[in-house]
Amino acid sequence: MPPLLEVKGLHTEFRTGAGLVRAVDGVSYTVEHGETVAVVGESGSGKSVGALSILRLIADPPGRITAGEILFDGRDLLRLSETEMRKVRGRDIGMVFQEPMTSLNPVLTIGRQITETLEEHQGADRVTAERRALELLEMVGIADPRRRLRQYPHQLSGGMRQRVMIAIALACNPKLIIADEPTTALDVTIQAQILELMKSLTRKLGVAQIIITHNLGVVARYASRVNVMYAGRIVEAGPAEAIYHRPRHPYTMALLRSVPRLDRPRQARLDPVEGQPPDLTRLDGGCAFRPRCRFAVERCGETRPTLEATSDAGHLAACFRSAELAAEEAAA
Amino acid sequence: MTVSTADRPLLEVKGLAMHFPISEGIVLSRKVGEVKAVDGIDFAIGRGETLGLVGESGCGKTTTGRCILRLERPTAGQILFDGQDVSGLSSSELVGLRRRMQVIFQDPYSSLNPRMKVGDIVAEPIKVHGVERNPARRRTRVDELLSMCGLDPKFADRYPHEMSGGQRQRVGIARALALEPEFIVCDEAVSALDVSIQAQVVNLLEDLRERLGLTYLFIAHDLSVVRHLCQRVAVMYLGRIVEMAASDELFDHPLHPYTQALLSAVPIPDPRVEAGRAFRPPRGEVPSPINPPTGCVFHPRCPMAVEACKRTRPKLRELRPGHWVACDEVH
Repeated sequence: MPPLLEVKGLHTEFRTGAGLVRAVDGVSYTVEHGETVAVVGESGSGKSVGALSILRLIADPPGRITAGEILFDGRDLLRLSETEMRKVRGRDIGMVFQEPMTSLNPVLTIGRQITETLEEHQGADRVTAERRALELLEMVGIADPRRRLRQYPHQLSGGMRQRVMIAIALACNPKLIIADEPTTALDVTIQAQILELMKSLTRKLGVAQIIITHNLGVVARYASRVNVMYAGRIVEAGPAEAIYHRPRHPYTMALLRSVPRLDRPRQARLDPVEGQPPDLTRLDGGCAFRPRCRFAVERCGETRPTLEATSDAGHLAACFRSAELAAEEAAA
Repeated sequence: MTVSTADRPLLEVKGLAMHFPISEGIVLSRKVGEVKAVDGIDFAIGRGETLGLVGESGCGKTTTGRCILRLERPTAGQILFDGQDVSGLSSSELVGLRRRMQVIFQDPYSSLNPRMKVGDIVAEPIKVHGVERNPARRRTRVDELLSMCGLDPKFADRYPHEMSGGQRQRVGIARALALEPEFIVCDEAVSALDVSIQAQVVNLLEDLRERLGLTYLFIAHDLSVVRHLCQRVAVMYLGRIVEMAASDELFDHPLHPYTQALLSAVPIPDPRVEAGRAFRPPRGEVPSPINPPTGCVFHPRCPMAVEACKRTRPKLRELRPGHWVACDEVH
């Protein structure tokens, strides 16, 4: 079976006052039916722009998808008309964003926002849509759903609003859900509840997920595969287990080393990733991580390394020295 | 209460409460209720110590910090700073206190004036407090502060928008240090930073603490950063401290059911560890502080709650040396 989603050579650019920003600079990856793929990266790495590009939600101007293919269920989304694309969003691909307060309409009741989706995409009549909305709210664990349907977003807590977003995302039985920092605005106990809910529902319903996050713990808990992004490119990709235990890109290695862990004894000092995040308007032809990399050699300044297979199955890294680093690690 | 230093603690908070009135009506405004943001808490911080204050949004940790800084006038309680009760000081009496107590805010984007150059931002407190009236010497001091925070002094001529988030936070730290304070409230000081930058700033805060003998109140929701940076930690829930202990003790042997729930909710960045963890997110959500539950405020979500928890509010008890817990069901 072909993958559910295949992103090939995606390029998304923004024209800004400071110059051209290649926010997504040649990104390729796949998502299989029913699997959860995490896209990890820091601000400006291109992780959100990449996801918004799949949904074609890039404001033009200043942004533009300049190249690539996004094959979803056999169709190239970049070739669809806007009308066809509207049918994909919310029906075939559900969305959950970071801030449920700004992604819900403040002047419509919760019930109306769910039934609207159902009426729009499935041509459901009012009564059927309302019955389904009630079912959905129950499914996402909202107590007293009948009362909640008549309430407005501001009457709900942050966690409950995110549950409503998930209900809307699942309303039309999508094949894929794109969740952009779905729990970043939430408290840690609520974050745990929401992620647990998303995990169990997507498993039960066989929905694939792309989770975009900067939180390495969230990824470890929920994703089977991981793409690590830096300066618009995927620098490392592979099964979560491999990425966390045998990282092959110096950025991933440094990132994992820099976070304090509750399950390990307290370190005397943290081991940070030195230097500043890259300025995307001033990238040269070399590896974008080079200025912060402790393994950089001359060659890294000349060309940007591409994603290459490592000795692990399905594990890719974009570093000239990754084989060398692996050998060193094996020797140590 | 035991404090790590033999001396008098630098800061002592006794029975601190901050209740915000809820009013209705525009012309004939009347009070219809109150939000008990902070509802009677006690703690002390020794000189050179870092106390972590953790909890979820609305637990009162930020309000506690604001009361100590006297950005709010507390409803009740005492705030003894170096022995002096500052809880009732007037704004003119507070001027001297401001030099000794500073704050580092969460958001390095909104806490720096976008129209001011970095050098002027850092020089502002020095100017306002009349510490150094000579512009050349003030400039030297600003350069010194910037270098101390790991910034090239040439950044003094830049504007905040020309800098990255981590660099801006360093400016915020340099500004907080400008008056040579003894005590700094760090309110989510590293929360808005990227993962790769967070560790840099945590290390900087540690270096500065050692070099300048600073005392911190470190308010944060990220428990792994708190464990790393703090000697002692207090956990707040709905305006009250539910547990307080030395950092290692609290994280290795959490006793309060809320602390246990909080710790189990934090995902560990390791898929193998996560796969082997028994994990139950705490049920329900934090109730409204307008109408908090009776008795123990955590009882509606607590897996250990018994009938008595609905009636009596548990007091903080010292169950092990230096380990305080407000739960009548743990022994």
